[in-house]
Amino acid sequence: MGRGVVLRSTLHAVATILFVVLFNFFLFRVVPGDPVTRIARAEGLSLEQRDALAAEYGIDKPVLAQLPGYIASTLTLDFGNSFGSGRPVTQEIGERVGKTALLVGVSTVGSIVIGLLLGVYGAWKRGSAFDTGSMTTSLLLYSVPEGWLSLVLLMVFGSMLGIFPIGGYRSTSTLTGIAYVTDVLNHLVLPALALTLAYVGQYAIIMRSSLLDVMGEEYLDVARAKGVREENVLWRHAVPNAVLPIFTLIFYSFGYIVGGAVVVESIFSWPGLGNLTYKAIASQDFPVLQAAFLLTSSSVIIFNLAADLLYSYLDPRVRR
Amino acid sequence: MESEHTTGLVAPTARKLSRIRRRKAFLASWRSFRRDRIGMTALVVLVFFVAVALLAPLLADASELSEATAQGRPFSPPSSRYPLGTDEFGRSVLALMIWGSRISLLVGLLATVGAMTIGSTVGIVGGYTGGASDSLLNAVTNWFLVIPWIPLAIVLAASLSPGLVTISLVIAITSWASTARLVRAQVLSVKERMFVERSRALGAEHWHVMTRHILPNVFPIILANTVLMIAVAILSETTLAILGLGDPNSISWGTIIQGAFAQGAITIGAWWYLLPPGIAIAVVVLAFMLVGNSLDEVVNPRLRGR
Repeated sequence: MGRGVVLRSTLHAVATILFVVLFNFFLFRVVPGDPVTRIARAEGLSLEQRDALAAEYGIDKPVLAQLPGYIASTLTLDFGNSFGSGRPVTQEIGERVGKTALLVGVSTVGSIVIGLLLGVYGAWKRGSAFDTGSMTTSLLLYSVPEGWLSLVLLMVFGSMLGIFPIGGYRSTSTLTGIAYVTDVLNHLVLPALALTLAYVGQYAIIMRSSLLDVMGEEYLDVARAKGVREENVLWRHAVPNAVLPIFTLIFYSFGYIVGGAVVVESIFSWPGLGNLTYKAIASQDFPVLQAAFLLTSSSVIIFNLAADLLYSYLDPRVRR
Repeated sequence: MESEHTTGLVAPTARKLSRIRRRKAFLASWRSFRRDRIGMTALVVLVFFVAVALLAPLLADASELSEATAQGRPFSPPSSRYPLGTDEFGRSVLALMIWGSRISLLVGLLATVGAMTIGSTVGIVGGYTGGASDSLLNAVTNWFLVIPWIPLAIVLAASLSPGLVTISLVIAITSWASTARLVRAQVLSVKERMFVERSRALGAEHWHVMTRHILPNVFPIILANTVLMIAVAILSETTLAILGLGDPNSISWGTIIQGAFAQGAITIGAWWYLLPPGIAIAVVVLAFMLVGNSLDEVVNPRLRGR
C-alpha cells in the first residue's frame, strides 16, 4: 500500500472532521433564537444572569471572534458543562461511551455476519424457498422503523413474556464477576437483537446481488473444470470476488448503525451515548448534543478511513 | 414561440414536438410498468393509502382526535365501537391512524421534494459545470454522505423550532446527497452527447442547456429515485418522531408510536396501540420501494432483463 493513499485518505478524514467542528460552531450561533436566549426565557433569568451564561459559553463576542477559542477548546476536548446535570460533558460521555461501543460492536458484527451469510446462501440457491424467504424477510426488516421494532420486542419479550429485562444494563450494582457479566449480557440481548435485525436486511440484499453478478463469471467454470469442489468454488472463488465491490459499502453503513443506536438505546434505556443524546433533546442540552454529534461523526469518519485503508490493502488493483 | 403558417400547413414548434415525443415515451414506459406484477400490486396499495389520507374527513370525524372530548375509556382493547382500541385519552386508534396517514404521507412528500430539489440542483450544476465548483459541490455531497444522519438530524431539529416544515426540511437536508451523486454521474454522461454540443454551437446559454437538455434526460432517473426517497423520508419521520423531534401539534404514524412509547402502552401490553402504525409504515414503505424498483427497471436500460 503506497504512502500516498494513506496520506491522502488521512488528510481527507481530518478535513471532514474539521468540517463537523465548523458545522457545530455555526449551527449553535447562526440559527435564530440561540440556545442561551431560549434557556434564559425558559428559566426566567435576569439580564445579568443571561449575559453570564452567554459568557460561559463564549458567545458574548462577535461570531468570528469566537471561532479560535471554540476550536481550541474542542481540540482539548473541553465541551463545557451539561445544561442538565451541570457536570462536564466530557465526563458524562466518558461514562457512557463503553456501553455504546459494546452494543454497537455486537450488533455490527451480528448484522454483517448474518446478513452476508443470508445473501450468500440466497444467491447460491437462487429461486429456492430459502432465497425467497430470506429476501422477503430482508425487505420487510428494511421497511420497518427500527424504533418500532425495538418497542415490539420490548413489549413481547420484556412486558408480556417477561423473558428479558425491560431496560437498563444491569439489575443491581452489587453483582461482580461471572454474575455481573451474565446480568449485563441478559440486558444486552433485546437492544442488540433490535439493532441487528434492523440492519441485517440491507447486508443480505447487497451481498446477494453482488454474488449474483459474480456467478456468471468464467473463472468459476475454470475452477470447476480444475476439479475444485463446489463448496470451495463458492467460498474461495465466488465470495471473495463478490465481497470486494461491496466492501466499502458494508463499512460505510456503520454510520447507520451508530445512528440507529440512538433510537434503540433510548427505548431500552441502555445507558450509552444514544440515551444521553435522547435525554439531551428533551432538555435542550446543547453542549451534550454537540459533543455527541462530534464524537459519533468522528468515530464514523475514522471507521470509514480504516475501511478505505484496509480496502486498498486487500484489493490488488488499487494497491499502489 | 409562435407557430408559423407556411403554405397552409401548421409547422409544429420545437416545444410541441418535444411534448409529443415525451408523451409517447411516457406511454411506452407506462405500458412496460404495467406488465410488472409486483410493481402494479404495490401501486394499488399506495393508491389505497393515498385515498384514505385524502378522504380522512369522511372516514373519521375530526372531533375524535380531541383529547378533551374523547368518548372511550383509556387503553381499551379493540371492540366493535373501537376496531383498533383506544389510546391513553380514550381516543379511537383507528381515527388516529386515518388522520395520521395524512401527516406521514405529507411529510414524506415535502421532505422528498426538498431532497430532490437540492440533490438535482447540486448534481446538475456540479456535473455540468465541472471544474472548481464541481469539486466544491462534490466535497459537500461527500460530507453529507459520510455524516451519520440521525445525529445530524438531531442537532438540526433541536436547533430549529419544531413543526411540519422543520421536520421535512431536516429530512431533506440529511437525505439529498445520494440523489446528488446519482444525478451528477448521469449528467457527466449526458453532457458529452452530441445534442448538447450542437445546442451550445447554436448559441444556447448554459441555463438553457441545463434546463432543456440535461434535466429532461436525467429526469427519469430522478423520478425513480424520488419514489424510493419517499420511502426513506417516511421512515426518517418515524424515527425523529419517536425521539420526540416530531411536530407536537399534528398526529402522524410516527407520533402515534411515540405516544405508545411515552404513555406506557408497552408496559401494559396495549398491542392495539403500538402495532397498527408500525405495520402501516412498513406496508407503505415497502410499497414505495417496490414501485421505485419497478420504475427504475423501466427507465434504466442497464437494469432491464435482470
